[in-house]
Amino acid sequence: MTKRQKVLVLYLKFPSLEAEVISWATFDGTGKKLHMTGDSDEPPYPTGLDALLDGWRLFQASQAIPEHPGQEFRTSYLKHEFFFEKIEEGDF
Amino acid sequence: MTKLLSTEQMAEFANSGCLFFEGLIDEDINREFLNDIGHTNIDQVDNIQQYFQNIKSSSSIPRIPAGTPLKDAYPLNSPLEKIFKNEIVSGAINSLVGSKTLVDHQFLHLTFPSKYYEKANQRQMSQVNHQDSTIDPRTTFDIQLFYFPTAVTKEMGGTRYHPGTHLRIVNEMGIAKYQNIKGQKNIVCKAGTIGIFHNGLWHGAGVNFSDDIRYMFKVRLQPTEKQELLWDPEKKYQPLPNRALYWTDENKDQTINDILMRSYPWQEADTNRLDKINVVKFWRLLTGHKNMDVDYWLTRIENELY
Repeated sequence: MTKRQKVLVLYLKFPSLEAEVISWATFDGTGKKLHMTGDSDEPPYPTGLDALLDGWRLFQASQAIPEHPGQEFRTSYLKHEFFFEKIEEGDF
Repeated sequence: MTKLLSTEQMAEFANSGCLFFEGLIDEDINREFLNDIGHTNIDQVDNIQQYFQNIKSSSSIPRIPAGTPLKDAYPLNSPLEKIFKNEIVSGAINSLVGSKTLVDHQFLHLTFPSKYYEKANQRQMSQVNHQDSTIDPRTTFDIQLFYFPTAVTKEMGGTRYHPGTHLRIVNEMGIAKYQNIKGQKNIVCKAGTIGIFHNGLWHGAGVNFSDDIRYMFKVRLQPTEKQELLWDPEKKYQPLPNRALYWTDENKDQTINDILMRSYPWQEADTNRLDKINVVKFWRLLTGHKNMDVDYWLTRIENELY
């Protein structure tokens, strides 16, 4: 038996896990499923909290970084990023 | 003759970053284009590079040095010259980037079906989300005109795009980690459809699960003049007066301002407000009304008394 990591990245509507999921990505280290860009129109969970309730472990969250002076209205990447993992055991 | 865009269409472009003209180019020109590039059945194609080489060596699509005026770019009576001469296509181009626009580059995108990848024993993956070219903080904008010579069905994985992302300044594939974004769209269209994207719109090609090759011909066009009221040479547009906010009158008709203020499901609660502010700033440039506002977003924060 070996261990493999599955990673779920959720982008939320505001920086709290109770917020709605607006973007998502999944990377499956077990090799059971190949995820790719544009493969689903509906998020895997309605909110970040729902991912926790389903056993995903949060291991990284984006920091709140104040906007640079003079650049307050510049918009760019999605802001509220949360990385989760699940470890799966099996014969891979 | 050209048919300039309406103010509603311009507002749609300012807000969403894209416009579509479904089945605009007629069947004869679509067939002519496909014949010109030597369109064939996937079973006749051994490898992608060879197919590209054949198209490049035999089609009428010219090599166009970057910066060539669009009016000089395509051979007379070639399918592409006819497409750019179409009154709606030329009107949209003139409205957005002016009549003296330059060609930045062109490309014929091909997306091969699963059958090809199975035969070649290669993994078939979609293209990641990206914004074309590089970081582009200009207020001037380019357009990317897309032409679909065949119908694009859902299973053909037509271009995926994210309406309303065009004013977000990112670095090309820096957005590749967003596998899926709420509200994402895939182009499903009739043959002869023309799409126009603001150069900043986030997009990527989908996977082609059909049995046919999918084509998308793209040209990026650059303006040489200020993009102010190009669609409204008689300067008829006038900003609307302020309206009540939050405690609103639900009986009011929908206006240009409703198009400009449309939100998208992928926008964060906080940054969505900045997205609206940036659309108003963009609309100020497009209309030449330097102090106009919609729903007080800029008036409120420009009221600096010290």
